[in-house]
Amino acid sequence: MDKFRMIFQFLQSNQESFMNGICGIMALASAQMYSAFDFNCPCLPHYNLAYGLGILLVPPFILFLLGFVLNNNVSMLAEEWRRPRGQRGKDPAVLRYMFCSMAQRAMVAPVVWVSVTLLDGKCITCAFCTSVPVETLGNASHSGLSQGEMKRVLARIPCKEIYDGQEFIANEVAVRYLRCISQALGWCFVLLMTLLAFLVRSLRPCFTQAAFLKSRYWSHYIDIERKLFDETCAEHARSFAKVCIQQFFEGMNTDLAAARCHPPRKAPDDVGETAEKLLGITDQGTMNVALKSWHRCKPPLHLHPPALPSGNGWAGEKQPPAHPPTPRREMAAYYSRV
Amino acid sequence: MDRFRMIFQYFQSNSESITNGICGLLALASVKMYTCFDFSCPCLPGYNMAYGLGIMFIPPIALFLCGLILNRQSVVMLEEWRRPQGHRKKDLAVIRYMCSSIMQRAMVAPVVWIVVTLLDGKCLICAFSSSVDPEKFVGFANASPLQVQQLLAKVPCKDDELMRNNTSRKAVSRYLRCWSQALGWSILLILIIAAFLARWLRPCFNQATLLQARHWSNYIDIEQKIFEETCCEHSRLFAHKCILHFFESMQQEIKLHSFSLPREGEGAEGEEDLLWGITDQDQVNKFLKMWYYEKPPLDVSQVTQR
Repeated sequence: MDKFRMIFQFLQSNQESFMNGICGIMALASAQMYSAFDFNCPCLPHYNLAYGLGILLVPPFILFLLGFVLNNNVSMLAEEWRRPRGQRGKDPAVLRYMFCSMAQRAMVAPVVWVSVTLLDGKCITCAFCTSVPVETLGNASHSGLSQGEMKRVLARIPCKEIYDGQEFIANEVAVRYLRCISQALGWCFVLLMTLLAFLVRSLRPCFTQAAFLKSRYWSHYIDIERKLFDETCAEHARSFAKVCIQQFFEGMNTDLAAARCHPPRKAPDDVGETAEKLLGITDQGTMNVALKSWHRCKPPLHLHPPALPSGNGWAGEKQPPAHPPTPRREMAAYYSRV
Repeated sequence: MDRFRMIFQYFQSNSESITNGICGLLALASVKMYTCFDFSCPCLPGYNMAYGLGIMFIPPIALFLCGLILNRQSVVMLEEWRRPQGHRKKDLAVIRYMCSSIMQRAMVAPVVWIVVTLLDGKCLICAFSSSVDPEKFVGFANASPLQVQQLLAKVPCKDDELMRNNTSRKAVSRYLRCWSQALGWSILLILIIAAFLARWLRPCFNQATLLQARHWSNYIDIEQKIFEETCCEHSRLFAHKCILHFFESMQQEIKLHSFSLPREGEGAEGEEDLLWGITDQDQVNKFLKMWYYEKPPLDVSQVTQR
């Protein structure tokens, strides 16, 4: 567990490392998904192309979108793009930098899927088996079949058990041919992608280094500012809730005391912390009333200024007010996202 | 756990070790990719050579480029090469040193791929089966040239119906595999001897220059890392001050607008700091709306001058 925590801390400490980690995980998941996927060519003339190309192109598109969804910075980019100008100018270079870095990371898993698919060969074999050059690889001249029937026969190439065109073109020959083409395409695709990545990475320092440093700094700044703001708001919400609940209990206590016609109980100074934490509720009946009141009628989201406590929750312990403040009661409970 | 942490820290502390680690991982990935890859020779006269040589040479190029991309030092070196001179002179020896160390590390995975390919033999059998001299092999000596080409092209495919029990096919296959493995072992031997000589003889030439170049290349790397960390730290402090300033300005605005709130007691200061005077649902909503519609300017000079 320590090991994982250390690795996790290392990745989290550097935001970019974390994103790279997610990107790597998605690439591995993409390769694993392909090997787990049960490819079933339909072996019918018009369906083969649709199925083969669909399996080749639709999952990468989904993985690309997933790459954006899993990236926390997407909402940050959208927020920065759409916010009103206000007192702070907007820098399009920063937005471009954020979008490019997200897009680059999201591209990795689709590229891995397409490469693995092409290198495996099943998709291309399924999609293009009706286009095999029978004249060069086999003997088409001997057959008396029409074009359509020939296509139907060729469409069954990926399904060895039902293939019946052995005399026109041997199944192994056709499969080897198609797989060779598919693997050649796959390796060329891999080479092209690595060349592109290399050019993007190496041309940047040669041309736009100063602008890059600026954009990177401000995009980190926006991210950190958002996180700090959320943390500060969470602290505020915590204090707000604490004070609100303390005031609720005080109000409860005061009400009960007023109902029983004796002054509110004050904890004697020498009893200590435990008595203070009891907030004046020391019997079952009072506690039940307090719980019922909390459920039926939550207090309003409005703290009483004179009653802001000095630390241990008792209003009026140091400077007792003339009258205990009556809390406002509202009939309808409402929820607010603070 | 301590041991693992120590290893981890050792690797992190020395960036050369990290790049060595990446280099090793890439070499292992190269071997794994080769074993996972389903090699299927097309066994057709024109296609064999292209396929065989393609599988032998294209993945190494891709692996070399990957080795350059994954190495952080290549970006550092390019930045150092292209930066304007400014107040700091550029030392070409340092840049050359960095370049050579990056290239050496990036070459490992491609060499591993080529050596594994040659030792396995399938690529060379596929590529050169049509180029074998048919006179040497009994089964092919008496056929017409066209037939010979077709038959030789099918040698790499053991399961082909023509080749299933053909002893001459096995002879050709063994012959080519022998050549392939000899080539593979020779290349490995030459490379290891070259690496050995380079490492042994290096101290004899320009050791002082080498030490300087290595020191300054480490320095440039570390300086860049520290600069990035300092920028992150600075942006964190900047954001903190900016947000504090925003909260304080909200607090002042609230104070100005609500005269009826007597602030009694010093005891209220503790919680008040955390509440920033925002004690009401409407105030919170207004505060959040203002954060969205009017983010504060990126200027904390008033805060720092206090």
